[in-house]
Amino acid sequence: MTVSQVSFGSHEPVLDVKDLTVKYVGDTRSTTAVDRVSFSIGTGEVFGLAGESGCGKSTIANSIMRLLKDPAKIARGSISFGGKDVLAMSPEELRRFRWQDVAMVFQSAMNSLNPVLTIGEQIVDIFTTHAGYSRKESLRRAADLLELVRIDPSRLKSYPHQLSGGMRQRAVIAMAVALKPSLLILDEPTTALDVVVQQEIMAQIKELQRELGFSVLFITHDMSLMVELSHRMAVMYGGRIVETAKAQDVYANPRHPYTQALMGAFPPLTGPRVPLTGLPDGVKFRNIPDLTEVAPGHLVAPFGADAEALVLEGAAR
Amino acid sequence: MSHSALSPTRPDVSTQTPALEVRGLGKSFPIGGLFSRQSVRALHCVDLTIGRGEIVALVGESGSGKSTLARCVARLEKPSAGAILVDGVDVLKRDRFQASRAFRSRLQMVFQDPFGSLNPAHRIEHFLRRSLTIHGKGGPESETQRRLEELMTTVGLQADMLNSYPHELSGGQRQRVAIARALAVEPQVILADEPTSMLDVSVRIGVLNLMRKLRDEQGISMLYITHDLASARYLADRTAVMFAGELVEEGESLDLLANPAHPYTQLLVSAVPDPARAGSYDPVRRAELRQAVMASTGCAFDGDPNQACSASEPVRHQVGDAANRHWVRCHLYRPRAGAGGHALATEPVATEPVATEHTDKKASA
Repeated sequence: MTVSQVSFGSHEPVLDVKDLTVKYVGDTRSTTAVDRVSFSIGTGEVFGLAGESGCGKSTIANSIMRLLKDPAKIARGSISFGGKDVLAMSPEELRRFRWQDVAMVFQSAMNSLNPVLTIGEQIVDIFTTHAGYSRKESLRRAADLLELVRIDPSRLKSYPHQLSGGMRQRAVIAMAVALKPSLLILDEPTTALDVVVQQEIMAQIKELQRELGFSVLFITHDMSLMVELSHRMAVMYGGRIVETAKAQDVYANPRHPYTQALMGAFPPLTGPRVPLTGLPDGVKFRNIPDLTEVAPGHLVAPFGADAEALVLEGAAR
Repeated sequence: MSHSALSPTRPDVSTQTPALEVRGLGKSFPIGGLFSRQSVRALHCVDLTIGRGEIVALVGESGSGKSTLARCVARLEKPSAGAILVDGVDVLKRDRFQASRAFRSRLQMVFQDPFGSLNPAHRIEHFLRRSLTIHGKGGPESETQRRLEELMTTVGLQADMLNSYPHELSGGQRQRVAIARALAVEPQVILADEPTSMLDVSVRIGVLNLMRKLRDEQGISMLYITHDLASARYLADRTAVMFAGELVEEGESLDLLANPAHPYTQLLVSAVPDPARAGSYDPVRRAELRQAVMASTGCAFDGDPNQACSASEPVRHQVGDAANRHWVRCHLYRPRAGAGGHALATEPVATEPVATEHTDKKASA
C-alpha cells in the first residue's frame, strides 16, 4: 500500500497543534510571530507549511521541537505528540523525544555537520548516545544508513568537506531518520541546493518515507515543490494560517488571494505564456479571521471587504 | 498588460546592429599562490547577441559562469579573451583600462541583493539624483524633480517614497528602486543578475512584469541571469544555457524548454518541480542524462565556434525550425531523420569501453 492511499483523519494524529501562539517579547514591544495556529498531522502523512520569510513557519517547527529561546515565548495553545503534551515534557523526556520521536532537518543542514569529525563518527555518536548500541553495532548500522540514502559506506571515513553539498544533505537526512522517528520536520531542506540535486533529494525523502512510514512536516516557500511532495498543506501569512486543504486542491483551486498570489508567483513550464500578477507590492492582510470550511477538508480564512482583512498600503502598480 | 505583449513574435531585431554582442569571451582566474601558473577556466568562447528590445535569459546551475559573464560584460572583471560590442563598437578596445562614463550610460546593472546595493544612510532620492547628475541628465532643478517623480512612477512606486530610507521599503520595492536607478541614465542594455532570487516569492512576478514593461515601452534590451527556468520562460524572448563556462544551447524560450536538445538542458528542465507534470522523476532516465552530460564535457573541440569540430560535424547544430534560432552545441547531437530533428543521441560516443555495445547497436540499426 502506498502512502497516498492512507486515509488521513481516520488515524490518530501523530502531531496535534492547537491554538499555538508564539510571541517574541521585547522590552518595549512584542511581536506575535505565530498567531492561533492549529493543525494536525496523521500517521504517514506529509503535511506542508508554505509561506514567505518571516511568516512564522520556522517558529512553529522550533516550537514543536521545544527549541525556542528567549525572547520567544509560547503564549497560548498546546502541542501534543502521540497523546503526550510536548510543552509539559521534562528535560529527560525531551532528550528522548528529540531525535527518537521527532527529528528535524534544518535549512542548510549540510553546514551543521561537525567539520572535524568523520561522517561515520557523527552517525555512530547518535546510536551510542540515543540508542545505547555498542560501537561495533553502531558502525554496522551507520553503514546501512548511508546505503539507505545511496551513499557508499566507504564514505563513513570521509570528513564533511570531502562530500558534495547534495551528499552532505543526504547524510544529514540519513542521520535524522537513524532512530526511526515517527515525525520528520524538514525546514527548507533544499533551498541551498541546485535544482537538479534538489529533485534527487526530494525523491530520496519520498522513498524513505514510503519505506519507513514516518510523517513529515515539510516547510518551504516553493509551492510547486510542496504540491509535488505533500498530501495536505497549509498556507501561512503573518503568523496565521490563511488556507488549508489537500495539496492538490490548493493547487487546482486556491481560494485565498494570498494563496493565489503564491501560486501565481511560479510561472508554468508548459503551455502558452499568460500574464501573471502575483501579490502587488504593499498589499497587506490584517486581522485575518479564523478559518471556515468552504469545501470538505478545504478551509479558508474569510477575506474581502466584508471581513475587512485586506488592507492596501502604499501604491504599487 | 495585454496578452499580445506576451506573444513570442517580436519586432524584427536581427537586421539592426545588436544592442550587445559578445564574441569569443573567455575568462580564467588564477588559482594557487603568487607564482602559480594554474588557472581555472570560468568562461570559454562565449558568443551571445542581444538585439534591440530583446530580453535574453542566461540559465545554468551555480558555478556555471553566469555571473562571471555578466561581470565581464559590465567590465567589473577583465575578460581574458574576446570582444564586447555595444552598438557595434568594441568597448574593450575603445576604453582599454576601465569602463568609461559613456559605456556606463549605455549599460547598467541590477544586482541580486537589493538589501546590499542601496546605501542605508541615504534617502531614495539620493540614489536617483546621483545617477542623473553623474550622467548629465539632470538639467534645472524643476526638470530634475519631474524626472525623479517620473522614474518612480515608471517602476511602480509612489513619488513620496523618494523621501524614504531603504530600510523603510520592502525587498520588492527596493529592487524597484535599484531598477529606477539603472533607468535614470537611460541605458540601452540592463544586465540583471538574479534580480528576483532574494525577493519574497509573492512579489517576484511583479518585478518580472516591470522588466517586461520596460522592454515593451522603452525598448530596453536585457540580459536576465537566473537559475529559475520557469521565470526565464516567462520573461525572456530567447534563453541561453550555460554549462561549465560555455554556452551549450540557445533558442527561442518556449521552443528551447519544450524541446531541449542538450543533455544538460534536459537535465535542468526535468528537475524543475511542476505539479502539472505527471511522473516527474525517473532515476533511470536521470542516470542516462547524467552520463550524457559528463560525456559532453569531454568534447575535444577547442576553438572558433563557427568552425566545424571535425570535417563532418558543425559545432552548432540547428534544432528544428530555423525561425526559432534554436541551436545546440554538442558533439552528441544527432538530428533524427523525419522526427522533427529533436532527438539526441544520448548514447555516449565510442571513446570508452562501455560505449562499444551502444555503437554496435547503432551500427546494426
